[in-house]
Amino acid sequence: MMHEIGISQVDELYRDIPEKYLLKKKLDLPEKGLSEFEVKKHVERLLSLNTTNSHMPMFLGAGCWPHHVPAVVEDIVRRSEFLTAYTPYQPEISQGMLQALFEYQSMICELTSMTVANCSMYDWASALGEAARMAARVKGRNEILVPKIIHPERASTVKVYTDPAGITVRQVNYETETGQLDLKDLKSKMSDRTAAVYIENPSYLGFVETQVEEISKVTHANNALLIAGVDPTSLGILRPPGEYGADIVIGEAQPLGNAMNYGGPLLGIMACRDDMTLIRQMPGRIIGLTTTLDKAEQGFCMTMQTREQHIRRERATSNICTNEALCAVASTVYMALLGPEGFRELGETVILKANYAMRLLSKITKVKAPIFKAAHFKEFTVNFDQAGLTVRDVNEKLMERGIQGGKDLSREFPELGQTALYCVTEVHSQEEIQKLAAALGAIVGGR
Amino acid sequence: MYRQASWNEPVIFSLGKAGRRGHSVPNAEPQIKETVGTADALLPKQMRRTDKIGLPELSEVEVNRHFLRLSEMNYGVDSGFYPLGSCTMKYNPKINEALASLPSLSMAHPYQDESTVQGILEFLFRLERWLSEITGTYEVCLQPAAGAHGELLGTLLMHACLKSNGECEKRTEVIVPDSAHGTNPASAAMAGFNVIVLPSGSDGCMDVEALKSAVSERTAGLMLTNPNTLGLFEKDIDEIAKIVHEAGGLLYYDGANLNPLLGKARPGDMGFDIVHINIHKTFSTPHGGGGPGAGPVGVTKDLAKFLPVPRVVFDGKKYTLDYERPHSIGKMKGFYGNTAVLLRAYAYILSMGYEGLKEAAEISVLNANYLMNKLRQIKGLTLPYDTEKPRKHECVLSAKRLKDETGVSALNIAKRLLDYGFHAPTIYFPLIVDEALMIEPTETFEKEEMDRFIETMRKIGEEAYTNPDVVLKAPSNTAVSRLDEVKASHPKTMTLSWRMHLAKQ
Repeated sequence: MMHEIGISQVDELYRDIPEKYLLKKKLDLPEKGLSEFEVKKHVERLLSLNTTNSHMPMFLGAGCWPHHVPAVVEDIVRRSEFLTAYTPYQPEISQGMLQALFEYQSMICELTSMTVANCSMYDWASALGEAARMAARVKGRNEILVPKIIHPERASTVKVYTDPAGITVRQVNYETETGQLDLKDLKSKMSDRTAAVYIENPSYLGFVETQVEEISKVTHANNALLIAGVDPTSLGILRPPGEYGADIVIGEAQPLGNAMNYGGPLLGIMACRDDMTLIRQMPGRIIGLTTTLDKAEQGFCMTMQTREQHIRRERATSNICTNEALCAVASTVYMALLGPEGFRELGETVILKANYAMRLLSKITKVKAPIFKAAHFKEFTVNFDQAGLTVRDVNEKLMERGIQGGKDLSREFPELGQTALYCVTEVHSQEEIQKLAAALGAIVGGR
Repeated sequence: MYRQASWNEPVIFSLGKAGRRGHSVPNAEPQIKETVGTADALLPKQMRRTDKIGLPELSEVEVNRHFLRLSEMNYGVDSGFYPLGSCTMKYNPKINEALASLPSLSMAHPYQDESTVQGILEFLFRLERWLSEITGTYEVCLQPAAGAHGELLGTLLMHACLKSNGECEKRTEVIVPDSAHGTNPASAAMAGFNVIVLPSGSDGCMDVEALKSAVSERTAGLMLTNPNTLGLFEKDIDEIAKIVHEAGGLLYYDGANLNPLLGKARPGDMGFDIVHINIHKTFSTPHGGGGPGAGPVGVTKDLAKFLPVPRVVFDGKKYTLDYERPHSIGKMKGFYGNTAVLLRAYAYILSMGYEGLKEAAEISVLNANYLMNKLRQIKGLTLPYDTEKPRKHECVLSAKRLKDETGVSALNIAKRLLDYGFHAPTIYFPLIVDEALMIEPTETFEKEEMDRFIETMRKIGEEAYTNPDVVLKAPSNTAVSRLDEVKASHPKTMTLSWRMHLAKQ
C-alpha cells in the first residue's frame, strides 16, 4: 500500500503536522497492549472489588432503579446488526433499527397517552433541560416553574441547560403535611412570563401528586405548558399524564429493560401532544412511517430533520444527535414482552411491596415512614430524627449487616431532617424487606 | 451481489392476540397482599389508570422473532465495510461487550456507598488520567453522554470562564469554520453565543487572514476540528491558536477526528483549551444504531475548576466522589456518565496500549490515503482542495463531474453502494464540497475489503456512464427500495407513532 501511494514510511503522511507538535516521547499509558485473557482478568479482578445488588439487598432508587431485565431483551440488544450500526442515515439498509425506534416511540405514546415521542434523550435530567427550553421557544416566555421537591441532579441540570437561554427556573413550595404542590404558591408565581409548569408523578420522594387537574387548569388558564415527568413503571396503574392535560411528557425509561450500570447509560423519554407548534420545537430524532417512492411498500426513516443540527446548524432546536438508541430498543423489547397486563402487574407488585416495606418500617419506634401523608408508589421517605440518629450512621450500621440503605436526603433537603429515600421494586423479596426492618429495628433500638 | 433480508415485518402493534403474554412479573408474596390489600386501594381514585394500555399482546417467541427479523434488516460494522466519514466506524472488540455485561458493573447503583464500588471508581479515575494524557489536557470529565453533549459542556465552560472574568456581556461570539460539523454551531448557540461562520481558505484549511479580521473583543472562542472535515491537518494551527488567545478567546477542539492523532500529536500541545472526545468513535465502543456513546471533555488547568460535579478523587488509599467544587457549573445529566460505555473504552486502551493506539492511528491514515489515491482515479470523481497533501483519517471526494456528465449524484452512488453490500460514505458533507463523498476507512478493515470497495466504486462509475438507470433506481437489494422522505415529514402525511397512524386511517 505504501508503495502504491509513493511513500516508504507512514510518518511521511504526517509531514504536514508542524514538527514541534509531533510527539517525541511515549505517552504515560500502559506501553504494550494486553492479550484478551489478560484484559479479561484485569477487568474482572477490578470489578470484583464492587459489591452489588446480586450480593446484598439494596434499597436505592432516586432516578436509577433496580428492575429485572428479561433474558430476551439482553439477547436482542446483543445482535451485532443493531449493536454495531451507526445512526440510520441510510434508511433502506437500516430498516430494522428504524422500525424498532418507531415502535419505541409508539409504545411510549401508549404508556403516557401522548401522540408523538422522539426516539430518546440522554436521561430524565437532560430531557427536563430540553423540555424547559422547548417550552420557552413555543411560548416565547422565559420562566419555568418546578416543584421544590425535585431530584437535586435534575434541578442542577435544568439550571445548566436553561441559564444560557436566559430562562429562569423558579421553585414552587410544597405542603409540609402531604408533599403536594402548594397551589397558592403556584398561582402567586404564575405570570405572563411563565412558559411552563413542571410536575412529577410519582415525585422524586415517591409520593403521588394528586392535584393534577387543578394544576393543569391553572397552567393552561395562564397559557403556559404543562410538563409532566414520569417513572414509566408506574403507568400500568397510575393515571397517564396525557389524561390530565400534559403538553410535554418526559421521564426515565432505564427501568424498562436497561440495567443500572452505575448510572449510565440511561434513557430519557420525551413525548408531546399532536400539535405542530410543539412538534416543530421538539429536540432529538423522530422516526416516521412512510412508503417507498414507488408506494409498493411501507418503510421508516428519520423525519422533521430540518429541526436538527446537521441541517439547521445554529438555529437547530438542539444539538443532540447521538442519543440512547440501543437502550430504546431494549425498552421496546421490554414493553412488548410485558404488554398491557404485564405493566399492570408490574405496577401492582411494586406498589404492594413498597407499601409493605413502608408499613413494616413505620412500626419501628422512633422511625417515621413516610414523612408525607400521601399515596406512594415505589419510593418513600424514612426519617430518623426521633431516634437521634443520622442517616449516615444508620447506613453504616446497615452496611455492617450486609444491607445498602436508602439515599441520604439530609444535605439536599435539610428541612426534612435526617431522612432517607428508600426504594422497593419487584426484585425485593418479602424476606429481604423483613431483614431490612429487623436490622433498622435493632439499629434504632441501640442493638 | 448482496441481498439484505426483506421480511416485510408488520409493525408490532398488528402482531399477537389478546390475552398473550411474553413475560411474567413476580407477584407480591401472599402475606404482603394480606397486609396491604389491593393496589387499587393504595391509590386515590382520580389517580388510577382506568384504560387498558394500548400495547400489543405477544408471546415471548413472537417478540423474539419480531426483533430478530428487524435486526436482520439492519447493517453494522460486523456486516461489512462502513466508511461513514467523521464517524470512525471501527470494529468493536467482543471482549469489551462481555466485560461490560458483568453483573459487578451492570447491577451497581450510582448511590451505593463508595466503599462498595472501589473497582468502578478506580477504572473511571484511571480512564480520566489516560484520556488526559492522550489529549494533552490537564483534567478530563467523563460525564457527557455523547459528543454533542461534550460540545455543550465545552461551550458552557467557555461561558463559565467568561463569567468569572466578568467578560460575559462583552464576549458573545463563537467562531466556527464553514466546514465544521453541524453540532459546533448548534452547541455554541445552545450555550447562548452568537455564531460567526468563517469561510475556509482555498486550500481547505482555515483562512488565517479571515480569522484575524473575525476576532475582536467580542470573541469568546473558536471551535475547530483538526484534522478538519476534509481530512486535512490545519497547518496554521500555531498561528490560529495565537490569534485566538491574543484576542482573549478560548480554543475548542472537536474530537470527532481524533483517531489519526492517537500517540502522534495532542490537541493540548497545540494550544487547545477544551477538547471533547467521542468514545464511540475513537475508542471503539459500539454505536448501537445511534447511541449510547460518551463524550468526555478535557480542559486546561485554568478551566478544571468549572467542570461538572462530582469528580472522582483518590487519596492514595481509596477513591471517592467529590461534590465540593464551588466553581463547578453543576450537572450535565444525572449521575456520572455512561459508565458501561466508558468501561469498554478502558478495556480497549488496555488491549491496545500506547503502541497499539499509535499503530491504529497510523494505519487509519495509511488506509485513507490509499483509498483517496485509488478513488480519485475513477472517472467522474475529483479530489477537491489541495491535491498534493496527504489526508489524515478520512478523505472527501466530489462527484460533481459525474453528476454533470451522467446525472448520477453522490446520493445515487451512496444508494448503489448499498446494493453491493457496503455501507455508504457520509454524503453532502462538508457543505463546502459539491456532491461530497466523505470516506473514512478506519484501521480495522483489511486491504482486500478496501480493494473490493474501490472496485465497486469503479463499477458504479462505469454504470453511471453506460447504464445510469441502474444507479438512479438503487437500491434494490436492501430490505426496501428508496423511501419517500418528503412524505414522511409533510404535516399532512407525517406519521410519528402507531397512534397517529390509526388516527389517519
